[in-house]
Amino acid sequence: MKERYDVIVVGAGPAGSIAAKTAAEKGLDVLLIEKRQEIGAPVRCAEGVSKEFLRKHVEIDKRWVCADVNGSRVYAPDGTKVEMAEKLSGKEVGFVLERKIFDRALAELAAKAGAEVRVRTRATGLVLEDGFVKGIRLMHLGKEYEVRADIIIGADGVESKVGRWAGIDTSLKPADIETCVQYLVAGVDIDQECCEFYLGNEIAPGGYVWVFPKGEGKANVGIGILGSKGGKFKPRPVDYLNKFVEKHFPEGKIVEMVFGGVPVSGNIEKFTANGLMLIGDAARQADPITGGGILNGMDAGKMAGEAAYKAISAGDVSEEKLEELYEKRWKTGIGKKIDTNLIVKNCFVSLSDEDLNSLAHSVEDVKFESMRLLDLLYALFKANRKLLWELHVLFKDIAVEAAKNRL
Amino acid sequence: MKVNVNRYKCGYCGACVGVCPGGALELIETWVEVDENTCTACGMCGRICPVGAIELVK
Ligand SMILES: Cc1cc2nc3c(=O)[nH]c(=O)nc-3n(C[C@H](O)[C@H](O)[C@H](O)COP(=O)(O)OP(=O)(O)OC[C@H]3O[C@@H](n4cnc5c(N)ncnc54)[C@H](O)[C@@H]3O)c2cc1C
Repeated sequence: MKERYDVIVVGAGPAGSIAAKTAAEKGLDVLLIEKRQEIGAPVRCAEGVSKEFLRKHVEIDKRWVCADVNGSRVYAPDGTKVEMAEKLSGKEVGFVLERKIFDRALAELAAKAGAEVRVRTRATGLVLEDGFVKGIRLMHLGKEYEVRADIIIGADGVESKVGRWAGIDTSLKPADIETCVQYLVAGVDIDQECCEFYLGNEIAPGGYVWVFPKGEGKANVGIGILGSKGGKFKPRPVDYLNKFVEKHFPEGKIVEMVFGGVPVSGNIEKFTANGLMLIGDAARQADPITGGGILNGMDAGKMAGEAAYKAISAGDVSEEKLEELYEKRWKTGIGKKIDTNLIVKNCFVSLSDEDLNSLAHSVEDVKFESMRLLDLLYALFKANRKLLWELHVLFKDIAVEAAKNRL
Repeated sequence: MKVNVNRYKCGYCGACVGVCPGGALELIETWVEVDENTCTACGMCGRICPVGAIELVK
């Protein structure tokens, strides 16, 4: 380890590795640190991603793909099934990854681009001088180090501390987090091309149960419930999941357990400071509806890596500069989608089981030929304007977009 | 009151660290450390723990 780098990235998840790779490819001197001894493990993820968006970042490698998905089924509390399938077009639209291999492969790409990667190296604090982040304090095998850099990128996930150290309050309220448990279940006979979602206040209050194929008779069966719906005297996610697995997969063998929290707060006020950027779950950038955060994190990593290069080249790493180069770009792009998805989340978590059932009944006969969530929401909105009135803002934007695109 | 993390139950996922308003918790590889000087025993961590590994004790 050197005493100085251009950029230090904290956390080797998908967001951090892409940031490190991008910055290193631009010729910057980059250090990527990860506190775990093994990148990618333990997993905290259901591992589902869109193929098209993943391709924007990396070439697909069969070693980290477990299943190809071309459809999804959503079950209402009463069992009514809504099916969405791209089978007709013959293309696969999603992957279920093996993140243990995927995350490590991304870190290797960062290393290949020239970044120095250090595992079992934990950030313990920031070096702050004159209102600027000037470096980081680390611990590696019980020994402490101070390393300086022009820019620190905090990619330290749901448990992020880097932002807080710089005075950005990233703490989540219980209503801002999905608390999750997942089992990798083996020996189950499930459709390996389809992702399933189960909704209902008895099944997963304020969240959902998912069944994602993992290849060879295996599946990620997991649950997320909204933090504000749980508590001391209420069942825990693990209790709900046990009930679900006993009912649906009594023969299944649990070969792995996963625990985790996903931020579903929507955009936080800011994720830059003098000499600092936050990306991925650390910046609470996961999708508030699905809890998907892999691709958003990778997108943010790319933007932050590019921003770091531009800011350092311009000799200006101030908050204003980083805001202009990264935060504004985020907030006017993916950030907008996150804002609208937060509206959808807030609308859906307030629905009763009767509401959810009647929504499902209203689109039971619709043949969805895409897996796009927006298509489903639009069909639901059209048939249930009163119940889903809060969503009207979404579709106003869509109408405007559509009109613009036609011009 | 103080926070007690049952490390035999904890899945070291870090969700509790994310909700701690004061930043009193830290996930260090496979265990959660509580800074008792910062912890206000608000109980937020215990509320959201997916397995119920965190309790407030006297
Ligand atoms: C149960 C569950 C299911 C999910 N399912 C999906 C899904 O199907 N699809 C999807 O897209 N997303 C899913 N997500 C969300 C997804 O896992 C995250 O959004 C994604 O991992 C975020 O990537 P990241 O790089 O920001 O953070 P992470 O992947 O969390 O990486 C952060 C890294 O930083 C390290 N770190 C933290 N603090 C320090 C420190 N002080 N010093 C050094 N290193 C540190 C951590 O050890 C970790 O490796 C799921 C999440 C959960 C919990």
